[in-house]
Order: sequence, then structure tokens, then C-alpha cells
Amino acid sequence: MKDRQLSLILAFAGIAALVPLFVTAGTWLNFAVFTLILCLAAQGWNILGGYSGQYSFGHAAFFGTTAYLTAVLQTRYGISPYAAFAIGIAAAAAVGWVIGFLSFRSGLKGSYFALVTLAFAEVFRVLANASEITGGAAGTLIKLDVRPENFQFASRGTFFWVVLGMVVLAMLLTRALERSRLGAQMVAVRENEDAARALGVDALRVKLAAIALSAAMTGAAGGLYAQYFLYLDATIAYGTWISVEALLAPIVGGAGTVFGPVVGSIVLHSLSEFTKSLVGRIPGIDLVIFGIMLILVVRFPPRNIPGLIRRWRGTK
Amino acid sequence: MLEAVANGLLTGAVYGLVALGLTLVYGVLHIINFAHGALLTMAMYAAWVCWAVFGLDPYVAILPLVPIFFAVGYAVQRFVIMPASQGDDNNILLVTLGLSIVLENAMLAIFRSDTLSVQVPYAMEVIEAGPMLLSFPRVVGFGVTLVVALVLFLVLTRTDTGRAMRAVAKERTGAALVGIDVRHVYAVTFAIGCACLAISACLLLPSFYVNPRVGNAFVLVAFTIVVLGGMGSVPGALLGGLFIGVVESLSGLYLGDSLGQLGIFVIFILVLLFRPTGLFGARA
Repeated sequence: MKDRQLSLILAFAGIAALVPLFVTAGTWLNFAVFTLILCLAAQGWNILGGYSGQYSFGHAAFFGTTAYLTAVLQTRYGISPYAAFAIGIAAAAAVGWVIGFLSFRSGLKGSYFALVTLAFAEVFRVLANASEITGGAAGTLIKLDVRPENFQFASRGTFFWVVLGMVVLAMLLTRALERSRLGAQMVAVRENEDAARALGVDALRVKLAAIALSAAMTGAAGGLYAQYFLYLDATIAYGTWISVEALLAPIVGGAGTVFGPVVGSIVLHSLSEFTKSLVGRIPGIDLVIFGIMLILVVRFPPRNIPGLIRRWRGTK
Repeated sequence: MLEAVANGLLTGAVYGLVALGLTLVYGVLHIINFAHGALLTMAMYAAWVCWAVFGLDPYVAILPLVPIFFAVGYAVQRFVIMPASQGDDNNILLVTLGLSIVLENAMLAIFRSDTLSVQVPYAMEVIEAGPMLLSFPRVVGFGVTLVVALVLFLVLTRTDTGRAMRAVAKERTGAALVGIDVRHVYAVTFAIGCACLAISACLLLPSFYVNPRVGNAFVLVAFTIVVLGGMGSVPGALLGGLFIGVVESLSGLYLGDSLGQLGIFVIFILVLLFRPTGLFGARA
């Protein structure tokens, strides 16, 4: 069973890696890269929300932190983009740990945790919008200088492979976590925190590990975003849109599973592209679809696409 | 300074009214309604349409909009939120979030992202009160909020529906056992919350603008107020609203517009972290 999971991951990696060889149209590759970046953000959310049961509405705080650090450190301080990216990821994990420490120590859970994370992300957004170092409302631009040592590549395909590599790495990490002691403790906390503590699980420590790892993954997505689109402002980096994107894909695809966020983001974004091609580019229409999907998925068990397929195959 | 405090109090009253709906829903249904902001945006667009299409003054538009939004709220709770939630906290979060995404973006699709406003002759009028100049729409907003709060208080204490609502809030199973239709009470409560939003929207419109994201600005303020005033506490919502109005007005005065919002969020986080039962609230 577990080996099947591993071979599925490898199969996904192999098939997805072929995409740039067949798809050469710039818009389609853009779409693919964008989808994969959001998929990585969603994989991050899945660690905290899916496995540990703590629903964050403010993952933008992590996405934006790495994104800004990646951009600002290289444009203002001349640090190599790769080093800036690594520092950014570490910083996102630290931000996650601090937010987690403050909220979990105060015993916030459920809706309260969702609200406090949302508020933290908004504080970051307001600060980034007003501060000088982030370029304020005008935003930060990374200078276009296409060289591999600048983390900028001549072909979109190369960047696609880089992002795909990160997504696959995140899948392997999630899989390893699932099979580890920490992963089991996270699930125990999700299912029944009191019972887990009664059995000697240090719930605070487990949740802090979850949020730091989760923040690092979503942060990595932010850094890749900055490096691919070369432009950031406060609404992109810290806006609620990314918090919503990060939570939507795992919920739709199956929270607390290795493939959930991947399936979810591919389905959601294909659906949104399909709708756009059907009714034209009406602003907001794709998000209307996302919202309806979210309500339907929660409304009708089995709650996610893989479950739906399983049930459909079962009844046949 | 004094003027800033007074204007803050007046704005705060309308914030309080927005928060009133939220806190009522929380108090009775024990759910956090993330769609509250989107519903407010919808109400503001409805009031704008009343003005732009039917030529109704926003204050007159209160009359048709209150029953309409009462019905909308009833239907939303009965047919969307309740069947989807199945009593699970996280499910309710997700459903109301989904609802807010749908509403907000449906309005973006219909009205586009342009900022709309109404032109009424009294929008810029001021009332002299001693040394202070107070904006007329805000004074009206303050007055109407007080009336609505009084009516709501009477409904909650003097009518059967109000008693049923309080009973359900305190002890859901017990209320069901003595024959109260809990689902009906839930829907009515949600409907009253939406009706409050319709009134808030009409009060805000003369001095404010509408765009698809306007509700977001209010919803975090409303959450702050609700948490500050104690989840589910009606007087807490009003006092919290007044307090937040003053904070916003003063931090806008001293920190400038872009950082002015920060004061509210910081208060919000601090209250959540250190006193999640609110300053006036007793229960968790």
C-alpha cells in the first residue's frame, strides 16, 4: 500500500515533468507554473490544517514573508537569490513558530485560531504596504537579468521543473511525516487533543512543529512566486487571496493526505480555466466557482474528490 | 482632538450595528460567520441599486431592504449553512468562508471593481454642536443605531421569539425539549443579523463608497468589536463599536491613514491572545 503511494508520487513526477516538452505555449506554461506554486502553498497548509487539524486563515503571512525576503534581500542587499530564498524560508518558519507559540499558548483553537491568523496576516499586509523597505504601495520589482545564478531562467520550462521538484519534495516530506512518530502525534492531536495529551503527547510541541513546517512550505511557494513573476506588492504577498487558495485545494482534494493538495489545486485551477474559456474573462467568476465547490464539498460527504471517486467505484 | 473623538463615536455606532448582527449570530448559533462582510457588501449594493435605479434615498431604502434581507438571511441559514455544517465548527468556518467568496465575487462579476457612491444633498452637511462640527450622516447613523439597539433589546426581552432565542442560546437541547423549534430560531436569528446589516448599509452609504471588497474592511473591525465586547454580548457589541470607532479615529489622526488600521488589528490580536472572553463578556 505504502509502496503504491511512492510509485504514485514518482509517476506523477514523471508525467508532470514531460509537460514542458509538449506544452510550449507561454500562457499554458504560465498557468502550469502558477498552479504548481499554489499547490506548494496548499501542501504547506495541509501539514497544519490537514494533519494537525488547526485551520489557519492566514497562511498569507508565511507566503508573503518568504516572498518579500527573497525579493528585498537580493534587490537591496545584493545577496544571492538562492541564499535569500533559503533565509526567507527559515524566516517564514520562525514567523510560523512565533504566531503558533502566541496563539497555542493562549489555547486558541477552531474559529479563534482562524481569526487570529487572519489578523496576523492583515497586520503584515498593512505594515508591508506602509513600510519603505518593501517598496510600500508601489511594490518591489526584481530586476530582470536572466542568468541561472540569478534564479532566473531563459525558458519557462526550466522554472517549471524547479517548481515541480519542490512540489514533489513536499510530497515526499509529507509522506515521510505521515509515517513518522511526529505525524502520528499530529493526527492524534487533530482527532482528540485531550486524549492525546492524556497519552503523553506534548500537544503544544507537536502543533508548533506542525506550524513551523507548514509555514516553511507555504513560504517556499511565496519565494518561488516572487522569483517567477519578479514583482510583489502587499496585496499579492499578504493578501487574503493566498490564504484562501492555500486552504481551498487541500479541503477540496482531501485534507490530511499526501495527494489532497495536488489533486485539489489541479482540479480547481483547471475548472477555473475551463470556466473562463466558456464564459469569457468576467472578473471574479473563477472564485465564484471555487466558493461553490467549497460549499458543495463540505455539504456532501465524502467531502473530497478522491472520496467521491472511491464511493463511485464502490457502488458500481 | 475632541472632534476626532466625537466623530469616532458616531462612526463607531454604525460599526457597533454591524457587529451586533455578528454577535447575535454567535451568541445564539455559536458560529463565527465569515460571510458577514460579504452580506454587508451585498446590502450596500442593494441600497445603491435602490438609489441609482429606483431613485430611493438610502434612508428610505431601509424600509424595503430590511424585510428583503431578513428573508435572505433566513434562507441562507436554513438552506445553505445549516445543512452543510452538520454541527462541526470547522465545517461552519469553511461554509461561511465559501459563501463569502461566492457573494463577494458574484458582486465583482456584476458590478465590476469600480467604486460606486451615491450623491445625496446632505452627504457633506455638518451639524454644529458647541465647538464641534459633526457630519450629518454620521449623526443620523448614531441615532438610528440607538433605536435599532433598543428595538432589538425589546424583542429579546419582551417577545416569545426573543425568549426562545435566549433559551436556545443558553441550552439548546433543553430548549428543543420544551418544544422550541431550534432550527427556526437559528434561522430567525441569522435573519435578524442580516436585517441589521441592511440598516447598517443604508446608514453607511451616504458618507461611504461601495466596491466588492468593502465588506472585508468592516468584517475585521466587526470581529474585533465582537471579541472585544465579549462573544455574544449585545451591549458589548455596542460599547465595543464605540470604542473601536474612537481608536480608529485617533490612530488615523496620529498615525495617518495607511497605518491607522493597524491599531484595530493589534487590539484584536491582543484581546484574542490575552482575554478571549472579551472585556465585558463572561463566558468563553
